[in-house]
Amino acid sequence: MKAVIVGCGRVGAGIADALDRAGWQVLILDQTSAAFDRLPSTFKGTALRGDGTDEDTLRRAGAEGSDLFLALTEGDNRNIMAAQLGIEALGAARTVAKINDPVRAEAYAHLGIATLCRTNLMTTAVLGFLGQALPKQPGIYVPERQHTHPAGTAAAEA
Amino acid sequence: MFVLVVGGGKVGYYLTKELIQSGHEVVLMEKDRGRADQIRDEIGSVVISQDGCEGKYLHQAGANRADIVAAVTGDDEDNLVICQMAKHHFDVPRTIARVNNPKNEQLFRHLGVDEIISPTRMILGSIEQDIPVHELLHLAALGVGELEIIEAHIQEGSPAIGRMASSLTLPVGSSLFGVIRNGTPVRVGPDTVLTEGDKVIAIGHPDCEEDLRRQLIGDLAEG
Repeated sequence: MKAVIVGCGRVGAGIADALDRAGWQVLILDQTSAAFDRLPSTFKGTALRGDGTDEDTLRRAGAEGSDLFLALTEGDNRNIMAAQLGIEALGAARTVAKINDPVRAEAYAHLGIATLCRTNLMTTAVLGFLGQALPKQPGIYVPERQHTHPAGTAAAEA
Repeated sequence: MFVLVVGGGKVGYYLTKELIQSGHEVVLMEKDRGRADQIRDEIGSVVISQDGCEGKYLHQAGANRADIVAAVTGDDEDNLVICQMAKHHFDVPRTIARVNNPKNEQLFRHLGVDEIISPTRMILGSIEQDIPVHELLHLAALGVGELEIIEAHIQEGSPAIGRMASSLTLPVGSSLFGVIRNGTPVRVGPDTVLTEGDKVIAIGHPDCEEDLRRQLIGDLAEG
């Protein structure tokens, strides 16, 4: 199994390590090489400095045809773009984008991208810890349908 | 026409000014408060200092009744999200994105952005026109159906020299548009014979490019 992870923060590095241990082929990208210090010395995957929203960079890194494509940088929009590149241009089978803005997290789930919303995750966790009623917003929005781009509908109209 | 401009850099600023001058209703969104105040002082209360990537603020800015949303920030990913939110959340009929990385043009079009403006591509096109290259020149991208207008300079070694236009087996999805011969446009008929020095203007899908290049320019050695 092949995983591409854009963004080597704590979460990205943690998942990269776990998948690597589980025998996955892992490629992780970050724009700063210092970020890779978060990876353990046992990490056997590929850590590459580069822009994960740049199609050329991703292709050169061999990000095509992955089983899993995770967009986990600090920027919601960067993640949205990387995820859509992953699906549309690089043929990723599954994609998850971290989107901290709940509105955008829900909006892109409607467009068919699985989205992970830290805001909702933490709100739920804290309220749960306090024994309060939990909000309805999920931490992960799983899309009901595959990512389909509106270009198809535009072509149908034409 | 009500135009919502997102991004108050140089492009957004001048765009807003020009649009107001031509009598359009305009709202400009710029998330940097300092920059927004500066523009507001000069052109009035059409400026909202909020992030145009956020659905809530797009709504406040009136995205649901906008005829056009123009995303002209300096970041491609922001411009993509602004256009997608405008399109899918607010049913804006026409979205325009500024794109810096020319490689993103196709992705954006694919993802439903109606019009893509790439300053990089434009400048590149302008430079390429002055330098003899053994490549196709991109003259313009057409919003409709991902088509583009390209130019091929027929030079020594081109397999198209001396051939009639009708004898070329052009790729499906492409069409010769015209020829510029000695600076004069010439209409291409089936019996038009291509000669060295011709500039052939063709229209086609990006997929046809490689085939067109081979037929009109030939397999020239590198450099």
